[in-house]
Amino acid sequence: MNDHLHFLARHAAADKLSRRDFMAKAAALGFSAAAAGTLLTSQARAAEPQKGGTIRMGLQGGSTTDSLDPALSTNMVALMMIRLWGESLVELNDDGGLDGKVAESYEASADARVWTFKIREGITFSNGKSVTAEDVVKTMERHSGEDTKSGALGIMRGIKNVSADGNNVVIELDSPNADLPYLLADYHLVIQPNGGLDDPTAAIGTGPYILKDVDMGVRIVAEKNPNHWGDLGHADTIELVVINDNTARVAALQSGQVDMIDRVPPRTAKLVDRAPNINVHSTSGPGHYVFIMHCDTAPFDNNDLRMALKYGINRQEMVDKVLNGYGSVGNDSPINSSYPMFTPAEQREYDPDKAMFHLKKSGHDGEILLRTSDNSFPGAPDAAALFQQSCASAGINLNVKREPNDGYWSEVWNAQPFCTSYWGGRPTQDQMFTTAYLSTADWNDTRFNNEKFDQLLLAARAELDTAKRTQMYADMGEIQRNEGGLICPMFNDFVDATSDRLGGWVENTKGQPLMNAYAPMKMWVKA
Amino acid sequence: MPLVIKLLAQRIALGLILLFLVSGLIFAGTIILPGDVAQSILGQSATPEALANLRAELGLNEPALQRYLSWLGGLVQGDLGTALTSGRDIGESISQRLSNTLFLAFWAAIVAVPLAIFLGLLAVRFRERWPDKAISGVTLASISIPEFLIGYVLMFFFGVKLGWFYPTATAFRPDAALFDKLESIALPVATLTLVVLAHMMRMTRAAILNVMQSAYIETAELKGLNGLQVIVRHALPNAIAPIVNVVMLNLAYLVVGVVVIEVVFVYPGMGQYLVDSVSKRDVPVVQACGIIFAAVYIGMNMIADIVSILSNPRLRHPK
Repeated sequence: MNDHLHFLARHAAADKLSRRDFMAKAAALGFSAAAAGTLLTSQARAAEPQKGGTIRMGLQGGSTTDSLDPALSTNMVALMMIRLWGESLVELNDDGGLDGKVAESYEASADARVWTFKIREGITFSNGKSVTAEDVVKTMERHSGEDTKSGALGIMRGIKNVSADGNNVVIELDSPNADLPYLLADYHLVIQPNGGLDDPTAAIGTGPYILKDVDMGVRIVAEKNPNHWGDLGHADTIELVVINDNTARVAALQSGQVDMIDRVPPRTAKLVDRAPNINVHSTSGPGHYVFIMHCDTAPFDNNDLRMALKYGINRQEMVDKVLNGYGSVGNDSPINSSYPMFTPAEQREYDPDKAMFHLKKSGHDGEILLRTSDNSFPGAPDAAALFQQSCASAGINLNVKREPNDGYWSEVWNAQPFCTSYWGGRPTQDQMFTTAYLSTADWNDTRFNNEKFDQLLLAARAELDTAKRTQMYADMGEIQRNEGGLICPMFNDFVDATSDRLGGWVENTKGQPLMNAYAPMKMWVKA
Repeated sequence: MPLVIKLLAQRIALGLILLFLVSGLIFAGTIILPGDVAQSILGQSATPEALANLRAELGLNEPALQRYLSWLGGLVQGDLGTALTSGRDIGESISQRLSNTLFLAFWAAIVAVPLAIFLGLLAVRFRERWPDKAISGVTLASISIPEFLIGYVLMFFFGVKLGWFYPTATAFRPDAALFDKLESIALPVATLTLVVLAHMMRMTRAAILNVMQSAYIETAELKGLNGLQVIVRHALPNAIAPIVNVVMLNLAYLVVGVVVIEVVFVYPGMGQYLVDSVSKRDVPVVQACGIIFAAVYIGMNMIADIVSILSNPRLRHPK
């Protein structure tokens, strides 16, 4: 439905707009009175957040070895901590657009080469210091410096110069990039006083909460930041407990020890949902489970062989059996409907005849070695076994080799020619393609080298006309689908669960799990 | 008496030499782990520049022998180094973790050891009759089930279904009142007890049964003592050496072998710390944990040896 109407409905529900005005505006937007009325009621019921109380969450992925330095954050627990204490310049909103955080607004030069971000006035860090444009500049410098270890280094590379201009931050790029604000929503790039150069692990930022008690890999307690500029955050206290064991995490939720958990195992999600006081939420996202082939290594340097394998995979079966239905089928491109300028292509189906045809044409004979490990994605060995079976009926002899979990990302992924892997996705097409499919990308894990694809990517990046850009991305998706080294059978949903004690869950948010990691701040304890 | 002191000194010196050898093994073991620390810290999102920067900063480019010697030097002075991943002092992080692990192990031992010995005595008293068979059957069954499964089963029934105890130990706070702490570790303690019970119980039973064949037991029975009195007053003291041995082995297990239980119940002990550090290749932490575990194990076995020396006149006065 129309985003603007949703916006109005929220306002009406929050008493910022009278019902009569809302109905009139909805009608002007072309909605029937009945539809608008239903929307208003649902928003009104969902609204009315309660203040106070404690929200406790049990999350997977935290470790004793985590650092509070946002540059080194890699997992969900680290992300959640950053969300609590800090903010980036801008942030992805529920509908996939951008909201200003530390930056109040931003604008681009006509060629998308120079971007100006206006820093929100009068906001302070949790140590009481005012936020200045200089702090933002230093933050950008810390993440892009020569000796940085930042996970955001890749996206900072295209930035030529960052400078403060009064209350504005001006970012100059090497080449035009219409997606720059999306890149700056990256969670590593949280704004710290003096860029965090003095003490990167101080956890001082402009976020709605302040960390009070940190026992890394065990538990984190945060309390409401009384001086936060915005209206985010309902609970007085948020407690985060690291529970890496799946069974223990679900048990903690069922018994009421925690109020929300992430990563409900798809195999048991339906059983968990049956419990009376628990709601399981499935949110589609850009993450995908993949099989990747090196396009420059025999036998995968032959496109017919790649096509044979693409036709030899049964995508629906994988969604049903590996994801237990908590996901959607992929189409050999890393892009799905969670991206802003997505154009669906014709769905590729399992077709043993075509697979056999392409195999014959490729002239390949003998077995093909596929490496896998549970570390590449949950259920990867099962998926590999399913792939092996579906290939067998097409006459393709797939040999599955199980690799140790330890060291999989350093020894197998991006090193061996054919393996299982996982991509968490990126907020925009440009970022996803630039990260992994541009011929010069560090993580070009399919060794994809296509001149036309590269040209289109650079052209699309500089294109501010959305219609033209959408067409370019559709063309690139087609190239990738028919020539690339990516076999993408499925996109996994984020499966989270909350207890009845909490209200305010929003369905179908974009970005990360748990409402883009804002669930503990946007949800509230019911009175 | 000087002979005993010499024997004890020998034992302790042997223990220290063993510990030194173990330190070499631990260091070698951590070096041959696949993958490198920098890659593991940065994960899938590592760029070559970031990797090179991190590697240089962590001193991974220096030769292994030099790293071992400087590590050993620090170790002797009680300095465990700093964690590669978080940059925190390892000694500081470990002391809290170790005391948590010891707390759990202590309470599991308080429950398990007397219970095992009592059940062992009971089994001897009623040997080959139904109490003996029931005790053996139940304890053997509980040792045969994988410990994590016992944990899950207890968690499901007593935590989720009945709601008597916390299903996980996430409520555990090192600075809470004793009763609150005990409440939060009830299920892990129960699980550990079930895991170590059978071994100690069976050993107690076997050791005492062995002594029960002796002539002086017959004398005691002829003297008119009842069954349990004979066992407690005459058989048990003479069977103490093997019992102490198996108890010490199990105590060592309670400290170093609880990795799985700690992970399942989310208990912030050494095991969880070690698992996290191994998967991130945080070598100094793994080494520190390894050396502490080795010290506990060697120490416990040394105590067992010493107790059996002291309790056995033949070992006390070797010919």
